[in-house]
Amino acid sequence: MSTTAAKAPDDRDRTRPTGSASRAGDGKDRGAPPRRRDRLSTQNLAGWLYSTPFLSLFLTFMAFPVVATLVMSFTDFGLRNVTDPFSAEFIGLDNYTRLVEDEKFVRALLNTGLFVVLGVPLTIGCGLVAAVLLNSGIDRMRTFFRVGFYAPVVTAIVAVAVIWRFVLDPAEGLIAGLAGQLGLKSPDFLASETLALPSLVVMAVWRNMGTAMVLFLAGLQAIPTEVREAARIDGAGVLQEFRGITVPLLRPTMLYVAVMTTIGFLNVFEEPFVMTDGGPSDSTLTISLHMYRQGFDFFHMGYASAMAYVLFVIVLAVTLLQLRLLKDKTR
Amino acid sequence: MSTSETGTGTDAASATGARPAPPPRAAGGFRARKPLTYVLLSAGLLVMTAPFLWMGLSAFKTQRDLGASPTVWIPNEWTLANFRELLSLMDVPQAFFNSVLVAVFVTACNLLFCSMLGYALAKLNFIGKRPVFAVVLGALMVPGNLLLLPKFVMMSKMGLLDTYAALVLPFAAGAFGVFLMRQFMTAVPDELLEAARIDGAREWFIFWRIVLPLVKPALATLTIFVFLGSWNNFLWPLVATNDPDKYTLPVALATFATDPTKADGSNGVLMAGAFLVVLPVLIVFVVLQRHFTQGIATAGLK
Repeated sequence: MSTTAAKAPDDRDRTRPTGSASRAGDGKDRGAPPRRRDRLSTQNLAGWLYSTPFLSLFLTFMAFPVVATLVMSFTDFGLRNVTDPFSAEFIGLDNYTRLVEDEKFVRALLNTGLFVVLGVPLTIGCGLVAAVLLNSGIDRMRTFFRVGFYAPVVTAIVAVAVIWRFVLDPAEGLIAGLAGQLGLKSPDFLASETLALPSLVVMAVWRNMGTAMVLFLAGLQAIPTEVREAARIDGAGVLQEFRGITVPLLRPTMLYVAVMTTIGFLNVFEEPFVMTDGGPSDSTLTISLHMYRQGFDFFHMGYASAMAYVLFVIVLAVTLLQLRLLKDKTR
Repeated sequence: MSTSETGTGTDAASATGARPAPPPRAAGGFRARKPLTYVLLSAGLLVMTAPFLWMGLSAFKTQRDLGASPTVWIPNEWTLANFRELLSLMDVPQAFFNSVLVAVFVTACNLLFCSMLGYALAKLNFIGKRPVFAVVLGALMVPGNLLLLPKFVMMSKMGLLDTYAALVLPFAAGAFGVFLMRQFMTAVPDELLEAARIDGAREWFIFWRIVLPLVKPALATLTIFVFLGSWNNFLWPLVATNDPDKYTLPVALATFATDPTKADGSNGVLMAGAFLVVLPVLIVFVVLQRHFTQGIATAGLK
């Protein structure tokens, strides 16, 4: 392994008086200032060598594309520019003004908003309920339940979407089968303009609540039992205890879960892509899906870039808003 | 105290029972709620696992059982016909191989690069450390959607579309991994590194032989998350590959499932496909479940 080592000068400091002197320059190494500089330059060299792989990949595949997307959003970047990127023409804010007039984009914006408004509270609610139940003194089966509740999170969204498409199938699906047992008839969820989006939300909640649950469970277990006992001795009921102790002390976790879940729902793509292709009549079209189609089906890449930036700004704005709203109350 | 109503004599019961004056409301209320808790959790578990059970059963049903009314829950006759048809319609072994190859490379790169930078950020003093850490934190917040279009153009210009490099390189060093490794390596005591330096150890030796072995749990967590993320990754592989020989499993499955000429009316075949994508992950998850849930909690709360 020493062949790859930083080709540092000798790093041996056998004469160093104490082991802890290296950091803050606290004058203990009066005898050996040059060695100290050696040490520092060794660490400089090593630090930058260790940073190089990440930084070069970051610059190539993240920093550059982030800037490039912005530049592209002010051009008419199209299919021919894939081979000849620099011949794209600057068209100012045209792409952005077009967005406002694009009925499909407005629809996608509304749909994505609906996904967030319905999906985030449901995910947080289900995750919190599951976590509280798992934390309420059951020990034997906790792992068993936790594994079951978390399993959807680890499976590929594409596979899950394929499974759910069949679960919701009006003729042979699971819901149809259950409805048939009760003598009812299942609606065609994914072909209905009113039911398609809620169906996708339910599926997304089913898939994502495990993450929220695990985070809440960790947060709950960090609440000292003394606090709960004190509340009970003072005569707090179950609901009072939940509202007066659990919820306030879970706020930091709540903030994190809310932010992560919201970002996830704002970017929702696979579910409509596999299950409905945005239909019926654009009722499940999301911003990501619209962007993907504009960019890679029609190669309106400048236009799609503008969409990507609008989505990014929305994500940022919503995140900052949540940070403000949820954080201020903890003080 | 009514100790006998639930058979599970757990910590709360035994602890309070031993003490002379237990707070009766607390213990009593708690234990009376327990059966209800189990009922609710079991109902929830049924809902959570039903789609998987439905998939697992349907994949082995005959065409007649699939279309039967009233619904056949347990296959009357177990068959592998769906899997056979799937294999004839979709190159599953190739897609499986691609997924494994890409995931292995992505994981290996992340383990090395993320722990290198994580170590530097946690334990080395170098000029520019703070800006580098700021870059890592910033990179955590950049959504993949924002990078998609230029990345596609870049890869196309470099002639890398439809290659494994295109699938591996953009994910070879994730900011999440750097952050995770830094958090864990900060906990390694400085004295240990100082002692090694006094003994004349070089920086690489300290990193490779002293620090890395101490953060094995973090490496395990990182392996799981990166491998899984790669295995389930969809949007970029969808964009970066056009050649079915380079499709990863999710892309192959999605292409197959959304192709009206192939997938029409063959729900059993689709379930067989989903089964093959989901099963390996579920098995690994059940075996390593402790790492999963601990990892996500650590990453989230640290």
